[in-house]
Amino acid sequence: MNKGAKKTLIKLVVAVPLMFAFGFALVPLYDVFCEITGINGKVFQSEYSDELVTNEGRPIALQFISTNNENMPWTFKPSEQVMKIETGKYHTATFYVKNTTNKKMMAQAVPSVAPSNAAEHLKKLECFCFEQQVLMPGEDAVLPVKLLVSNDLPSNIKNIILSYTIFDITDYSDEAMAHNLMDME
Amino acid sequence: MSAVIENHHDDHHHGPAKGITRWLYTTNHKDIGTLYLWFSFAMFLIGGAMAMVIRAELFQPGMQIVEPEFYNQMITLHGLIMIFGGVMPAFVGLANWLVPMMIGAPDMALPRMNNLSFWILPFAFFILLSSLFMEGGAPNFGWTFYAPLSTTYAPPSVTFFIFSVHIMGASSIMGAINVVVTIMNMRAPGVDLMKMPLFVWSWLITAYLLIAVMPVLAGAVTMMLMDIHFGTSFFNAAGGGDPVLFQHIFWFFGHPEVYIMILPAFGIISHIIETFSRKQLFGYSSMVWAMLSIAILSFVVWAHHMFTVGLPLAAEIFFMWATMLIAVPTGVKVFNWVATMFRGSITFETPMLFAIAFVVLFTIGGLSGLMLAIVPADFQYHDTYFVVAHFHYVLVPGAIFSIMAAVYYWIPKWCGNMYDERLGKLHFWLSFVGVNVTFFPQHFIGLAGMPRRYPDYALQFADWNMVSSVGAFLFGFSQILFLFIVLKTVMGGKKATGQVWEGAKGLEWTVASPAPYHTFSTPPKID
Repeated sequence: MNKGAKKTLIKLVVAVPLMFAFGFALVPLYDVFCEITGINGKVFQSEYSDELVTNEGRPIALQFISTNNENMPWTFKPSEQVMKIETGKYHTATFYVKNTTNKKMMAQAVPSVAPSNAAEHLKKLECFCFEQQVLMPGEDAVLPVKLLVSNDLPSNIKNIILSYTIFDITDYSDEAMAHNLMDME
Repeated sequence: MSAVIENHHDDHHHGPAKGITRWLYTTNHKDIGTLYLWFSFAMFLIGGAMAMVIRAELFQPGMQIVEPEFYNQMITLHGLIMIFGGVMPAFVGLANWLVPMMIGAPDMALPRMNNLSFWILPFAFFILLSSLFMEGGAPNFGWTFYAPLSTTYAPPSVTFFIFSVHIMGASSIMGAINVVVTIMNMRAPGVDLMKMPLFVWSWLITAYLLIAVMPVLAGAVTMMLMDIHFGTSFFNAAGGGDPVLFQHIFWFFGHPEVYIMILPAFGIISHIIETFSRKQLFGYSSMVWAMLSIAILSFVVWAHHMFTVGLPLAAEIFFMWATMLIAVPTGVKVFNWVATMFRGSITFETPMLFAIAFVVLFTIGGLSGLMLAIVPADFQYHDTYFVVAHFHYVLVPGAIFSIMAAVYYWIPKWCGNMYDERLGKLHFWLSFVGVNVTFFPQHFIGLAGMPRRYPDYALQFADWNMVSSVGAFLFGFSQILFLFIVLKTVMGGKKATGQVWEGAKGLEWTVASPAPYHTFSTPPKID
């Protein structure tokens, strides 16, 4: 094989693992991209901020949707279907959950926001979706979401839908949980 | 190349070894090309048989022949086998046969790797096909294997599927590396980049696409493997993963992949139209630039496959325009082919018939692609038979017609005999009618709302489905005629001259027919 061919070969052979790694790099890139733009409806935890609070807010409606994934047997529903709120103020919404089975279970709620361009204006101070819920047989709980919708919300949006899907994660290994916790931070 | 140095200097006519070991141990680009072509033909017939099962089930509404679970396995394997077993190896086989001869090289640059990249393929497809006989059946989640359907809800055989995709990917990557090293370093003096035959150009670009995206596919199936067996949650929402992420990674591979399956066809068609129009190809350099721009654009349009997942408006608009932009270089190519034929002394031998059908039918497929690129329209067309009609128009009378055209065009060079022109024309007309009767009505039932990937359908789609099935049987069974024609040509027939076709230009036509086992051991002189 001549020198030129060897050089080309080495370049191409190096390119292959790099592209393989790039495939995996798409995972964090996707997360970062979604976090910046908020487009997959995953709203991350934010700090309390005085600057966001204002008295010049406008009224909007916050709708809640709760879904049980697959065979998740828990009762899971919002305390109110719709909440009339004002932008630029902190509000607390609650969800009711009950473990209807006779065994101890662990759950994880995964959030989504519609319309997607409202997500970046939604600031969650506190949300049950940032952690896992462990409930004993028959135990129930009221889960809070403390949030603020920023006054910068585009004026054409008068209605925001917050949707949560609850997953049964009782059987998940500790490694899976660690990965999960890392993602939610 | 130490492999071709002879111990007996008086014996320069080193022929192939005898028996089965010739094929097992061969490092000769022509032998490996032949192996690839026969392998892809076998896969084409197996994948085609699955298509026959699908169309037989869809002949009438209601369930008649197969169970829905088996139907799902058929659509999945049909797609995987035709793409990874039919079209791609056929193009690699053509590259093996033709690229060294077209650039005046004695062989491929890496002959042993060439042997390896072919011989792992049969194992990949043995593994994939054996999953049909496993508990839970073969993969049933469609060739796009969207997670979590292909992870959480997949049959246990999915692990074998993942392994077979890894092997197919390794084979394609090795084949692609070989092509690039050969083209970049083994051109005869005088074969400049911008003088290379267009088939060589098309394969150079295709090979780069393969090297860029096949590893990403390998990454995607590796993530699936980890989700299934090692407790990760790349695509599992319960563990913080995201199913939409799978679609992004898959289509980042998948869109360049569709150009991998059509760029070599562009090269083939350019040669055939030039030869049978007896004119110089119109716009050589614009053909090269068009292929390069199509290849580059293919990396920024992937999300047009997933307009309905809930992308933000800005992204939908970007991907819509980027997709439509591809129509410009593609339009340049179609224009150039037509301009080459314009005022040419055209004769209509079988390769030319396939090439002209390619130009017309591929353009129809391209135009339905433009309709699908329009975001608001796509919401209506998404996952209907309109999509099925679209990609079958670009793949069957596109990629596969180009492969058939290439076989008729170069087979006299490969085995020294002319094919039977009358049978060739018969095969063309049966295929041409069959393909259109099969896929054109699918536009109608798609626009009327029939969803894809279901074994049953509502009564109002019954008539066109029956027409489509009749066409599919016609097309399917005509391919047995193709097999017969190829076998007949291999066995004997009118002897071909070196140039074969009156208007044929290029280095491969300067050697005898059949091409000697070793060609261009000394580089040809090019003026």
